[in-house]
Amino acid sequence: MIDVMYFAWVRERIGEPREAVETQAATVVDLVEELKAREPRYEAAFADLSALRVALDQELSDFDAPLDGVREVAFFPPMTGG
Amino acid sequence: MDIRVQTEPFSVGDVLDGFGKGSHDIGAVVSFTGIVRDTGGLTRMVIEHYPGMTERAINEIASEAMERWSLADCLVIHRHGTLVPGDQIMMVATASRHRAAAFEAAEFLMDYLKSRAPFWKKEFGPDGAEWVAAKDEDEDALSRW
Repeated sequence: MIDVMYFAWVRERIGEPREAVETQAATVVDLVEELKAREPRYEAAFADLSALRVALDQELSDFDAPLDGVREVAFFPPMTGG
Repeated sequence: MDIRVQTEPFSVGDVLDGFGKGSHDIGAVVSFTGIVRDTGGLTRMVIEHYPGMTERAINEIASEAMERWSLADCLVIHRHGTLVPGDQIMMVATASRHRAAAFEAAEFLMDYLKSRAPFWKKEFGPDGAEWVAAKDEDEDALSRW
């Protein structure tokens, strides 16, 4: 079970800020493909991965990173702090 | 090092009065305050963040600045929630023996906070609401460090 979190417009497209996902996905991309296959709202959120960033256990990571041992995955657009 | 992520406003004067106190080898304090600009009828801005990762990311960025410029002290305050034009969004302050390090470290902090701290801004205006898009130049700014 992985905690999946969404922020900014990704959260709006998916319609919720977080959910627990039962998955055997090996990598972030595999998880994204599983989610996209579920419902159109995921398809809409993950249509262009180059417009998204991912954090694994609160550290910025990559879409090809393994999910082994990861408890929290977050998807969001590029950050706009400052 | 002092890192605060909060919804409440802050007083730059009060913060700076207390900053670096108790240290006798500080020769320079530099501070920067970011303010909500009214661009094209902006009525309000909502800043979302990632609790937990935000503090962690800012802590990493500030720690790197402390080490790289041998700062005596470093402070970051970043607000989230609803803000209106004229409100302060955030501030950084750096303290060092000489001014060059304090100025440079403050710029470094700003550059990294902009694209490596998990905040997202949504602007509300007469034409509706829009998420602020990250700019290529913000990402490019990191390469100078």
